[in-house]
Amino acid sequence: MARADFRETPRTRAARHRQGGARWILALAVAAMVLPMLSIVGFLLWKAAPVLSPDFLLRAPVDGMKAGGIWPAFLGTLYLVVFSLALAGPLGVLAAIYLHEYAKESRLTKLIDLAVLNLAGVPSIVHALFGLGAFVAFAGMGRSILAASLTLAVMTLPVIIASTKEALGAVPRSFREACWNVGASRWATIRAVVLPNSISGILTGFILQVSRTAGETAPIMFTGAVFYKSLPEGDLFAYGLLDQCMALSMHLFTISTQVPGVSDGVSYATAVVLLGSVLAVNAASIALRVYLRTRKRW
Amino acid sequence: MRRYWQRIEERLAELLIHTSGISAVIFVFAILFFVLREGWPGLASGAVDLGQMLFSGDWRPTSPEGARYGTLALVVGTFSVTVVAMAIAVPLSLGAALFLSEFAPPAWRETLKVLIEILAAIPSVVWGFIGLMVMNPLIVQFTGAAIGLNVLNGGIILALMSAPIITSLSEDALKAVPDSYREAALAMGATQWQTAWRVLLPTARKGLAGAALLGLGRAVGESMAVLMATGHSVRYPNGLLDSVRTLTATIAAELGESAVGSEHYRALFLVGAQLLVITFAINWVASRLVRGGTK
Amino acid sequence: MSKVAAVVRNAGSDTMVNVAQAWAEEYAKVNAAVSVEVSGGGSATGIAGLIDGVVDLANCSRRMEVSERARAEEKNHHGVVETIAGHDALALYVHPDNPLDEISLEQLGRMYGRGGDVERWSQLGISWPHGEDDRILLISRQSNSGTYEYFRNSILGKRGEFRAGTRDLNGSKEVVSLIASTRAAIGYSGMGYAIEGVKTLRIKAGASAAVAPTVESAQNGTYKISRPLYIYSLEGAAAAITNYLEWILSPAGQAVVRKAGYVPLVS
Repeated sequence: MARADFRETPRTRAARHRQGGARWILALAVAAMVLPMLSIVGFLLWKAAPVLSPDFLLRAPVDGMKAGGIWPAFLGTLYLVVFSLALAGPLGVLAAIYLHEYAKESRLTKLIDLAVLNLAGVPSIVHALFGLGAFVAFAGMGRSILAASLTLAVMTLPVIIASTKEALGAVPRSFREACWNVGASRWATIRAVVLPNSISGILTGFILQVSRTAGETAPIMFTGAVFYKSLPEGDLFAYGLLDQCMALSMHLFTISTQVPGVSDGVSYATAVVLLGSVLAVNAASIALRVYLRTRKRW
Repeated sequence: MRRYWQRIEERLAELLIHTSGISAVIFVFAILFFVLREGWPGLASGAVDLGQMLFSGDWRPTSPEGARYGTLALVVGTFSVTVVAMAIAVPLSLGAALFLSEFAPPAWRETLKVLIEILAAIPSVVWGFIGLMVMNPLIVQFTGAAIGLNVLNGGIILALMSAPIITSLSEDALKAVPDSYREAALAMGATQWQTAWRVLLPTARKGLAGAALLGLGRAVGESMAVLMATGHSVRYPNGLLDSVRTLTATIAAELGESAVGSEHYRALFLVGAQLLVITFAINWVASRLVRGGTK
Repeated sequence: MSKVAAVVRNAGSDTMVNVAQAWAEEYAKVNAAVSVEVSGGGSATGIAGLIDGVVDLANCSRRMEVSERARAEEKNHHGVVETIAGHDALALYVHPDNPLDEISLEQLGRMYGRGGDVERWSQLGISWPHGEDDRILLISRQSNSGTYEYFRNSILGKRGEFRAGTRDLNGSKEVVSLIASTRAAIGYSGMGYAIEGVKTLRIKAGASAAVAPTVESAQNGTYKISRPLYIYSLEGAAAAITNYLEWILSPAGQAVVRKAGYVPLVS
């Protein structure tokens, strides 16, 4: 072919320029998401710096919650996260095992999939209404850590189911077939081979839900979180299951909207502790994911 | 003997597993059931009039002249903030998804994805805090508005909140377009941009629309961030700088203040049912589109 | 599982929630075996909780009604104990740049009430230097707030209605924060919510001189818009609850009231 066929024409030049321009605009779109996030996080850290210290985490609020630390809120969030995951985790994993290992494609499974999707789409404030109606009122738990944890558990269930399904799916079918070929039952296969090999993915899903649970406010606002609770410092077992509790997310909301005269430092520091915990947990999940990927034996 | 216990264990495990399997269905119905259980007496007793609730903008639950539970202004409030949010988020997310999927140097891709994941992880109350403490004065400074808690503030915050999910789902939709399409376009001499604009976007449009709708669903359901950022005014907004109240913020603001079992309490549960209907509808349409994927 | 000996559940008025928290905070130093759980929710929710037996001490910024009392006594088979724990002077706040220093109850009625004729700052003799928008931005509270009710009853009359278009905020603190950053705004909130960045107006009632809200003026009655703060409990309540209530009425508890910006009981 003659060389002239590849000479640049005005049309191709325009296309090339448009391409370059488009690339910039698209990059700008990403920047428009990432830069505000980075500047916000940086700004939060800057305003919070004077107040952040280990003491902030371990001491109780003083001076009408305008100063001091956030210990009861931190402990409360810990309780809520642990209990809700203890409830939603096993249930979610078992449900995912059912959907992935046992159920044949049928109307029932389609219905379950639809239900999981819809459950995931329920607004968090409606979860609060559900928790209020079902756990606080109907089940008679009253406003308590128990009711709030159950509400959070229902909220995180669909995501745990989805992420566990994915993890189970990552285990090659040949593993299962090998077990079946030697006569192992379905459950024995799952217990001995599938679960151990998918545990990394399952854990990653759990950990991500930890950060989500810690950050939610609406579901706990009416089911167990309070404005303030006096609590001895440093005692990890200070809360009872039927007590109400403070929580990091609720506390941030409270001091932003209902406590007069809170110094900027304390407010921003509370936001940073919440955000920081959430991001730390997410980072742990990513690290776990990467570490376990390197250890994969297939 | 050992086989006996093994079989018991097997049966038990399978029973648990089968029961857990339908748990999701049980919970969805349970949510619907309990929300209606608390809200229905409000309708049944005549205290809340369904017509008024759906078609009147007069939300005055504690008026001495007789409580009114019209949610239209709240629906418009939700709508206005979400429209602004989507107007900002959809182009941004689509652009970002295109960039990540087609144009980004591989070295950048992972880092950018992690950064966007961070954006997604920020809790809603922190976003509300940002709206209250950071965006508020910024908006007042740049627009001269009397208050910076308004549709614009809520819209920007919601946009940043829903952008990550729209981006990631859009990226999935774009990735689902077979490489053969790209190769065919390139073979005909198209630039990457022309390929993206004329081939990939149209092909993935169902998945992209689904992604946008799921982002919309998330925005509609958001409560804390809008509660803190939109200014609490039950009214039809006249512009971006007006304060509004969304359906979600109304429930969040007033539920704690209404006595259990009172009319107001029941009305709020009915608003919750309203929200469920809206979000179910959006998510259902979205899932059909996303599942449809590419041709 | 809990290591504390007793839990006292204190809920109700949002006006009182900050002083309630301050009480709980201070009391923890006195008696660490008792854990006090403080929440807001409004006077009505506190009373409903007392009736249902899920709240031990109900904070109310208004008096419990006869019907509510009857229901509480019927459901719990115990009488209701009413305690006045202090007073709250309702203050009117404006932006520090606002030249206005005092306002009369009558002017407030014409400003906030439906059909009132005061809509612009110029009608009160205020002119903004740069000719900005002259409209008065009215800040109010959400309709089920005790503060909202009290303001309506004292300024607009029991059957009075607010005009449309008020910004109905959700918390006493938010009102003040908003006014601090909004030139054209005026709003009402408890005296205890004053911060550096706002100005408190003197109130003129009838023909007497305008009075600023202070502990003294509220206690001697010259500041007209001040209301008692009630705590309701049930007879026969556990010792932990009654001891706490007694402590609140003691000088130590009343010192907390003063520090929180409310009006302690006259000793």
